[in-house]
Amino acid sequence: MLGEVFRGLWVTIKHSVRARETVQYPEVREELPPGYRGLHKLLLWEDGLERCVGCKLCAAACPVECIFVESGENNPARPVSKGERYARVYEINELRCIFCGYCEEACPVGAIVLGGEYEFRADSRQKFIYGKRDLLVKRPDEIPELQRRYNEKKLLTYV
Amino acid sequence: MAWLAIIIIKVVVAFGALLLIAAYMSWMERRVFALVQVRYGPNRVGPAGLLQPIADGIKLMFKETVVPSQADKFVFFIAPALTLIPALAAFAVVPFGDAVTLFGHKIDLVVADVNVGILYIFALSGIGIYGVVLGAWASNSKYPLMGGLRASAQLISYELSLGMSLLGVVMISGSLSLKDIIAGQVDYPFIFLQPLGFILFVVCMLAETNRTPFDLPEAESELTGGFHTEYSSMNFAVYFLAEYCNMITLSAVAATFFLGGWRGPFLPPVLWFLIKIIAFMFFFMWLRASSPRLRYDQLMAFGWKVLLPLAILNVVVTAVFIYLMDS
Repeated sequence: MLGEVFRGLWVTIKHSVRARETVQYPEVREELPPGYRGLHKLLLWEDGLERCVGCKLCAAACPVECIFVESGENNPARPVSKGERYARVYEINELRCIFCGYCEEACPVGAIVLGGEYEFRADSRQKFIYGKRDLLVKRPDEIPELQRRYNEKKLLTYV
Repeated sequence: MAWLAIIIIKVVVAFGALLLIAAYMSWMERRVFALVQVRYGPNRVGPAGLLQPIADGIKLMFKETVVPSQADKFVFFIAPALTLIPALAAFAVVPFGDAVTLFGHKIDLVVADVNVGILYIFALSGIGIYGVVLGAWASNSKYPLMGGLRASAQLISYELSLGMSLLGVVMISGSLSLKDIIAGQVDYPFIFLQPLGFILFVVCMLAETNRTPFDLPEAESELTGGFHTEYSSMNFAVYFLAEYCNMITLSAVAATFFLGGWRGPFLPPVLWFLIKIIAFMFFFMWLRASSPRLRYDQLMAFGWKVLLPLAILNVVVTAVFIYLMDS
């Protein structure tokens, strides 16, 4: 019995000199897998027009109904998107979202992509309802990365 | 008046240090556990997580004290103190350094040099178990009751062997005072004369302080928390402090009886004493991370059928040797 105790002690002492498994999170970040589904992004075309045409297919595909879209008619003189309509209101409740990615798959124009961002925080539930202001891609350098993710997922785009 | 001031200063310093070390043992335990489990452990609060015990203490103080509705409130609140006070008081007779001369006063680095030192320690560690049993009983809940019953049975079984294992050293040194026992180890520590006694004492010490593999009174996996299941907030913290204080005191006793106490080359005596205690504590934590828990019948059988006969054998052999050496 005593021998077994010492064998156990030997096993634990061997483990204590191994490299640590812990990732020291805020300082060290793990690289995300290519298919990671993080915060939603609404993409733009190269000429700056919005991709979203307000068809509400994403809202229909969403299993938890966290997407709300209200579409409006495009003004031909100053169009917002390339279709007849555009999303006047586009809201996602990020607290309710389960990040399943069905909205991406449902989108016929490749407007919505789940990006790689997973650190989002707010001090009230209301602030987790992201509108177009939060969802639209702001920085142009974000687009190639999102586009790459989109291509890697091999989603269909009909436009 | 000077002697009174000296005593008060000694009491404050010794118990302050004891409580501080006990608090930091929780940090050390978590770090040692993490080491073995290929993790880092608490390393965020302060450098290397050294402020973690303080943060934990503040957190526990602000937590709500939950009292079970059918609990015996008076006993429920007094029980943690009943464990902590003997745990602190037992340390009073342990010398933690050689006599020093400060401002013309010769100061023995021991709070009280009692001539029945080791009996006093055993008496207090026996009283300490009342806190556990009463707290368990007063909670009026099933798990604590089971834990309390186990604690009392375990303590009775192992205290016998604990005392017996030290008897060899007492016979050799001819004194119960811890100061005299250290004085007897000028040439070599008693571990060379009493190797079996040392092993027996360390095993009994584990059982006495409810440490793995003898931690049945707490047994997280079966009794959720054992005797302190219903305790929260500072009452819980007091139980924990008492447990660590007991461990430190018994480590100190083991160091005193077998490893020459504060004696050691080069380093100052107090530091040597601390090193020896921490080495024991590290062994406790390392063992807890490595070994499973004994079954209850195994625990009882081991205590009565293995440890006690071995301890008695040790006493008999020591007695025979002393007789032969003298004649």
